[in-house]
Amino acid sequence: MISLWRMLNSTVGKKYLMALSGAGLFLFASGHMIGNLQLFLGPEALNRYAHFLQSLGEILWVIRLGLLGLIVLHIGSALMLTLENKAARPADYSHGKPPFAASLASRTMLGGGVLVALFVVYHLLHYTVCLKAVNFTGIDFAHLTDPETGHHDVYAMVLYGFSVWYVSLFYIVSVGFLCLHLSHGASAMFQSLGLRSHAWWPVISKGAMIWSVILFLGYSVVPGSVLLGYGRSYLENLEKIQSAASTPAEVTSKEAH
Amino acid sequence: MKLESKIPSGPLAQKWDKARFQNKLVNPANKRKYEIIVVGAGLAGASASATLGELGYKVKNFVYHDSPRRAHSIAAQGGINAAKNYQNDGDSVYRLFYDTVKGGDFRAREANVYRLAQVSVNIIDQCAAQGVPFAREYGGLLDNRSFGGAQVSRTFYARGQTGQQLLLGAYSALCKEIASGSVQSFTHHEMLDLVLVDGHAKGVIVRNLLTGAISRHCADAVVLATGGYGNVFNLSTYARNSNATAIWRAYKRGACFANPCYTQIHPTCIPVTGDYQSKLTLMSESLRNDGRIWVPKKKEDCGKHPNDIPEEARDYYLERKYPSFGNLAPRDISSRSAKEVCDEGRGVGESGRGVYLDFADSIQRLGEAKVRERYGNLFDIYHEITNENAYQVPMRIYPAVHYTMGGLWVDYDLMSNIPGLFVLGEANFSDHGANRLGASALMQGLADGYFVLPNTICNYLASVGPGKRPGVEHEAFKEAEDNVRGITQRLLASQGKRTVDSFHKELGHILWEHCGMGRNETDLKKALQLIPALREEFWKNVKVPGEEDNLNQSLERAGRVADFLEVGELLCLDALERAESCGGHFREEHQYPDGEARRDDENFAHVAAWEYQGRDKKPVRHVEPLVYEEVKMTTRSYK
Amino acid sequence: MKVKLKVWRQKDTRSAGEFRLYETPDLNVNMSFLEMLDVVNEQLTLKGEEPIAFDHDCREGICGTCSLVINGKPHGPHRGVATCQTYMRSFQDGDIIIVEPWRARPFPVVKDLVVTRQALDKIMQAGGYISVRTGAAPDANSIPISKENADLAMDAAACIGCGACVAACKNASAMLFTAAKVSQLGLLPQGQPERYRRVKRMVEAMDEAGFGACTVTGSCEAVCPKNISLDFIARLNRDYLVASLKGGAKHG
Repeated sequence: MISLWRMLNSTVGKKYLMALSGAGLFLFASGHMIGNLQLFLGPEALNRYAHFLQSLGEILWVIRLGLLGLIVLHIGSALMLTLENKAARPADYSHGKPPFAASLASRTMLGGGVLVALFVVYHLLHYTVCLKAVNFTGIDFAHLTDPETGHHDVYAMVLYGFSVWYVSLFYIVSVGFLCLHLSHGASAMFQSLGLRSHAWWPVISKGAMIWSVILFLGYSVVPGSVLLGYGRSYLENLEKIQSAASTPAEVTSKEAH
Repeated sequence: MKLESKIPSGPLAQKWDKARFQNKLVNPANKRKYEIIVVGAGLAGASASATLGELGYKVKNFVYHDSPRRAHSIAAQGGINAAKNYQNDGDSVYRLFYDTVKGGDFRAREANVYRLAQVSVNIIDQCAAQGVPFAREYGGLLDNRSFGGAQVSRTFYARGQTGQQLLLGAYSALCKEIASGSVQSFTHHEMLDLVLVDGHAKGVIVRNLLTGAISRHCADAVVLATGGYGNVFNLSTYARNSNATAIWRAYKRGACFANPCYTQIHPTCIPVTGDYQSKLTLMSESLRNDGRIWVPKKKEDCGKHPNDIPEEARDYYLERKYPSFGNLAPRDISSRSAKEVCDEGRGVGESGRGVYLDFADSIQRLGEAKVRERYGNLFDIYHEITNENAYQVPMRIYPAVHYTMGGLWVDYDLMSNIPGLFVLGEANFSDHGANRLGASALMQGLADGYFVLPNTICNYLASVGPGKRPGVEHEAFKEAEDNVRGITQRLLASQGKRTVDSFHKELGHILWEHCGMGRNETDLKKALQLIPALREEFWKNVKVPGEEDNLNQSLERAGRVADFLEVGELLCLDALERAESCGGHFREEHQYPDGEARRDDENFAHVAAWEYQGRDKKPVRHVEPLVYEEVKMTTRSYK
Repeated sequence: MKVKLKVWRQKDTRSAGEFRLYETPDLNVNMSFLEMLDVVNEQLTLKGEEPIAFDHDCREGICGTCSLVINGKPHGPHRGVATCQTYMRSFQDGDIIIVEPWRARPFPVVKDLVVTRQALDKIMQAGGYISVRTGAAPDANSIPISKENADLAMDAAACIGCGACVAACKNASAMLFTAAKVSQLGLLPQGQPERYRRVKRMVEAMDEAGFGACTVTGSCEAVCPKNISLDFIARLNRDYLVASLKGGAKHG
């Protein structure tokens, strides 16, 4: 125990925490992106997936708390290390150039990370908590229901959400930062855990870059295509149903079919 | 004064065993009651400090560097000799001994050299166990190469960084002892005087280079491992800060300085390019294994591009003069031959002081890839410095001061004529005679530090008894401290018009011209007039800016150059008195008709040890005869 | 050629420093950077000013004494080269060259461009050795070591302890320095008995001295005059993890 405690107090140990939590979040980000892409399989698939997740009940909360824990660990170790790092290097060089050979990604881990964290908060309020005030559409996302199943209409929510151009833009920019963060973080975590050798390093570092680009494309294709008009007919249809809902109910259901 | 070498009697091969048996021992419980000061942390100093600490003595180690890992031992590229005979090529302790004695032109002590060859094998074991990454063969065993003209492969090496790796090994052992508290390390501390109490060395006065604070340290014995004095020439392959101050101030306290004229001039250095130059860079001698040395046969060709000079117009002078050794002829011979051809006006390069070291044949024979594999890093260094590509154009090389075989006189126990003062490594005179072989300096430094001193120092310590050292309040410490303060203040007060470096350059120039590779009576006498005059001017006209109570590099240098101005004179005096040619000391009056060095065994088969007599008085030259019981002195021939 | 130097001048550790501008006299392009400073110092001395203090010794790129951040890069413009092996031909006539000391909390400035690097010695003292009593070693050939491992150990051992890795790192991390020693000794059979104890102690000493953490920016590797690889840091991380998981009877 003492040994582990000493380890976690060391700079190297904190990097383990950061790397392990980062690895978890990285996997989550990858899974999440694949989940998102179900948008292109149509409303049925996406809503079924969403319903599956929502019906997990307590397990969903375990997952959520787990993710939250990872985020806390990740940010916590980052903050502690940042304080130590700043203390270790109180003065900068006057030349004004960035540290030699350090990539943009590696130099912006903290700033980028903070932006990503803020984005995550917004993203949760936007789509998970469904806070009406932050989606700028005037629609209450929590009460969108899939006319067929009666479950939460996540498909429609996504389409509505991203139809606001500045929300989409913020999303794409934030995802950009996330992927920049990951392009360094995903390889650095191998380094921090010692999972690197001369032979594998090029594969790891290039793989991290490539996967980050894939993540970026995978994430931004969703708001991008919504802005370009994807799913507009579904929403129009939905609105027709809703406007009909204010008239007698049976008419609405017929029209919907 | 009689110089007692204290060499044990009996057969050569048993002397060291016998000495260790006869030595007095210090009881383990008493060891911690002894304090030992070690000055310097090169190979000898670091290994001695670590080993003494490990044995239980309390050690204080002083270095002027910022860390005990930076001494100039690090710069040795080639390797370290040891009589392991791992190659089964006929090597033995006896052969290493004989080669070293012969290489030293029969001017070293037989018994010391034999001991050196004996412990050489332990050094390799010790260093390998410390984690020194020696080069290995695919089978996992140690690799060897032939080096510096040896006809057997007995040189162990760690890429081009053998000195660095061996020093880091010794430094790591030292680190362990520092951590355990047995050794106290004082970095940025320069020794400025030796303290004698009742004729015994009992302490030092040091200056903290960061704060300027001068402090006294007492001990039961003082060990100097402060390296050679080659920077007296200003331009040399030494580190810029290497200096003679520690041994010189010990000399002025009565320690005899032996054979100061034995200086080694290394044949393969990059030539001087301008008067701003601060340092000469050595290219490893291993280059001579595959490079061919030549100059144009005719003066008129010297200005031509080397590749435009046809084969028949080239003079491969080493191959011509020494057909069996060729380009691998020993250092002194190669150096002198280079000087000769340049004196004849056949030198190459801007200054006319350079010869070609040509790899064209090897590249043709082995292919560029193979040559790159063997010498790539050296070619890179050469390119960095000269901006020339040695794969296409021959390198230009010229000899430069590289090592000093002379140093403080020590007996078989490595103790100087001052009881309690021990001197190790290049700082002493003991093992290399008049010329050192390649890859032997590292061997001697580590032999002295790891194996010899720890076995011999107890002899002295036991004789004085534990707990007898005087405290720093003793009058002698005060006197020495006042002396140090006096020198510092005098330097700072002078406020003249010339910089320290300008004096150093001038001194170096005088020595190189009058007491360099070839020496003669006229030049030496001239130098003996020029140097005192320069010294006088120095004290009147030197300008040392800054203050004494903080880091003041000008002041540090001024003190060192002040000493060099005295060392230089002794060097010339010794060179003048030694009217023979031997090893690194070549007197032009004493040569055979074919230009080979002519030794005079009848009159000079001895060590000359100079004893200080006071300011402006001529030192006294004592003589320790060299008795060869085992080998016969022969004319050293490499033809 | 002539250049202008913007040099950090600082009287001592406690004083505040500032940049001062100096003009060099006419220089030879084959001068080394340090020789250029020598020339400037000669001039300053003759003018009655205090010369610029800077660290140097062997001037052949091996002792690790020289430092200097030249135009924002430790050891100057070239890769795999120390300051003392940097030549004026790497600069242009009329350039303004900024010269600063290493900057890191564990390396306090002593004067002008000189810092102390004793913190690195402390890391070494914590465990950068193999405990072997003088004279107790077995025959050097009794333990074969594969050439690959010996070569790799040599790559790590090439570190000259100059501290450029710390100076370059935005976190002033000494990981490359520490990892090089941990790896060298950890790669050799002789280093095995103390392998895990060593890594733990050295990491602790490194943290205690106030060096920052490695955030894998790669600056250290890029400025290292001996081209020590980041791979060795991964090795340290791996060994430290194993060491911590293994625990130990004493010392954690």
